[in-house]
Amino acid sequence: MADTPKPAEIAKIDHYPSPFEKGWMNKQVEIKPGVYCYASKPKNLEYVGMPYPREWNPADEDWKLPENWKEIIEEGFKDRLDKYRSFKLFMDICVRCGACADKCHFFIGSGDPKNMPVQRAELLRSVYRKNHTIGGKILGPFAGARELTEDVLKEWWYYLYQCTECRRCSVFCPYGIDTAEITIIGRELTNLLGLNIDWIAAPVANCYRTGNHLGIQPHAYKDMMDFFTDEIEDITGIRMEQDFNRKGAEILFITPSGDVFADPGTFTCMGYMMLFHYLKEQGLDITWSTYASEGGNFGFFTSHEMAKRLNAKMYAEAKRLGVKWILGGECGHMWRVLNQYMDTFNGPPDSLEEPVSPITGTKFENAKTTKMVHLVEFTADLMKHNKLKLDPSRNDHLKVTFHDSCNTARGMGFLEEPRYVIKNVCNNFYEMPPETIRELTFCCGSGSGLNAGENMELRMRGGLPRANAVKHVHEKHGVNMLSCICAIDRAVLTSLMEYWVPEVEVTGVHEMVANALVFDGEKKRTTDLRGEPLPGMEDEEDV
Amino acid sequence: MSIDKILAEKRSKIIKKWRNAIIKSYPEDGQGFLKREKSQFANPVGLTISTEIETLYDEIIKGENTEKISSCLDSIIRIRAVQDFKPSRAVAFVLQLKQIIRDELGSGHSDKMRILDNRIDEIALLAFDVYSACRQKISEIRVKEVKNQVGKLLERANLISEIPEQRPAL
Repeated sequence: MADTPKPAEIAKIDHYPSPFEKGWMNKQVEIKPGVYCYASKPKNLEYVGMPYPREWNPADEDWKLPENWKEIIEEGFKDRLDKYRSFKLFMDICVRCGACADKCHFFIGSGDPKNMPVQRAELLRSVYRKNHTIGGKILGPFAGARELTEDVLKEWWYYLYQCTECRRCSVFCPYGIDTAEITIIGRELTNLLGLNIDWIAAPVANCYRTGNHLGIQPHAYKDMMDFFTDEIEDITGIRMEQDFNRKGAEILFITPSGDVFADPGTFTCMGYMMLFHYLKEQGLDITWSTYASEGGNFGFFTSHEMAKRLNAKMYAEAKRLGVKWILGGECGHMWRVLNQYMDTFNGPPDSLEEPVSPITGTKFENAKTTKMVHLVEFTADLMKHNKLKLDPSRNDHLKVTFHDSCNTARGMGFLEEPRYVIKNVCNNFYEMPPETIRELTFCCGSGSGLNAGENMELRMRGGLPRANAVKHVHEKHGVNMLSCICAIDRAVLTSLMEYWVPEVEVTGVHEMVANALVFDGEKKRTTDLRGEPLPGMEDEEDV
Repeated sequence: MSIDKILAEKRSKIIKKWRNAIIKSYPEDGQGFLKREKSQFANPVGLTISTEIETLYDEIIKGENTEKISSCLDSIIRIRAVQDFKPSRAVAFVLQLKQIIRDELGSGHSDKMRILDNRIDEIALLAFDVYSACRQKISEIRVKEVKNQVGKLLERANLISEIPEQRPAL
């Protein structure tokens, strides 16, 4: 007979968790579906020569680690302490004041204390103390030190791939500790054992081979752009052909491949094309490349060396084509790499010149050494000099707010330019609350290679603080469009909005620019770039 | 004293106990923040719980406006459906209210309490619906992302040609 509990026994079941929770060090990590991303496939690691390619599954007990895994990690740890002074400092100087603790979107959204930046760093720091400090060696757990075990390694992996390297925590740290850099080094260490996620490893391998994350070959890239050219012609009546791989052009344009292949980034891409066509008569001499066909750099989420290898193609292609400087599209981490690392990775490039706008004559002194300018600052400069004829009323059906991408906002202090551009092309702009924008912006929750599908729960809770602020302006001002200048944002905020604020759509800034841009000889616009009827023009559509 | 009067009088005490019980379902080291931080932008989880259970409590006592109850449940469960909870734990907070009320009422209200119990059971079932809808949404979003990434790619690269929405004019 089945052992059915009696009603009296059932009544004793309480709904509270056990009050006897052990200290964080003793709690074994539980790798949960919906949170972790699938493991890297061996072929993707093999292609770029990363160590220990193998089939493995994070949900399995056995991660098939090499026998000497512990030596590899300890050696790698020591190497990086010697190599990066910042890493050594960040290991030593944290006093656990807790200023960063409640600033992480993943902690705010999950309530999991190991997502507090201080605690995430502590996962590594505890092992550092054990191996590199006298107190830790002698006192062990009493000095916050612990042995590196397989469980510890698993815990590292689980939580290092729950950090989007957004650096919001670093804004609040009184010592200026950049926890993102700890995550970056931590991820490098996991990569020494072949422990990466495939959502990062596959784009890295593809980018290395074909020049972009998706592995789009040159002819397909060109086909896509031809498709956009047809679309633009339908809307404006003007054929806006682009140049590809043209030697001798003055400027090379590089954008994330997401703009070319994933909605709603595709509309932003059409926006770039229209702007370039508009400026042709004013003297813009620009080419796209089907080889340097990726602005993003997932190598940055793997190791510094891999980021450098993938970044090299930008200067190589600029040199091959003989351009003077490089213009870059709307992207997030792409700009973090360009602004902070490219100069020392692969630059400064001898073949390029200090960027000067051929339309306004403005010298972009901020890009003096990198020779690469962000399209939004280029466009803001055009607007400042009245070089664009704009009809912002074409965006009147939109009530717009702006999400500062972590990398452009905190990584390069790029705060005013996008707002200036948006206000020039939209009549209805509303800021989200101050503690959620600019330097304090909340991450989309899916950056640094975490925009996979299998970790959707993680993405949704990580994006909650951002979505919550969007919801506020939606309810207060009727905001229906969330604009951004990052390709990953465009893709992931769309899903985030669908879950939390389904009434709000997502757009790139240059989509709105192109909607407002008035061309000589264009047909009367009845739809926006998405093919949706413009208000007041519905009746004229069939005429 | 009638049960309605007691429930009205002890409203804030019951709600506070209920909120604490819900926050107790989160890991211990994070509970302080959920209770302490009062900004709705810095602490969306804690604030959503605090504000929504107030409305929820009032509606449960009145027991009429199912739509409003569903909306409150949605705000809380939409969050818990993507956090580290098993389905049962994500919605258990509804049932916790029974014991909290019972503790406050003391003995002698069994008839009224039975009605209230039934009502809370109904709301627990509603919570189950809300939870399922949230999880369903997550699946839809996943499918949509894959379709968007792959489907459009094939179509636009001219690798497939499906029947157009409108036939071209002759």
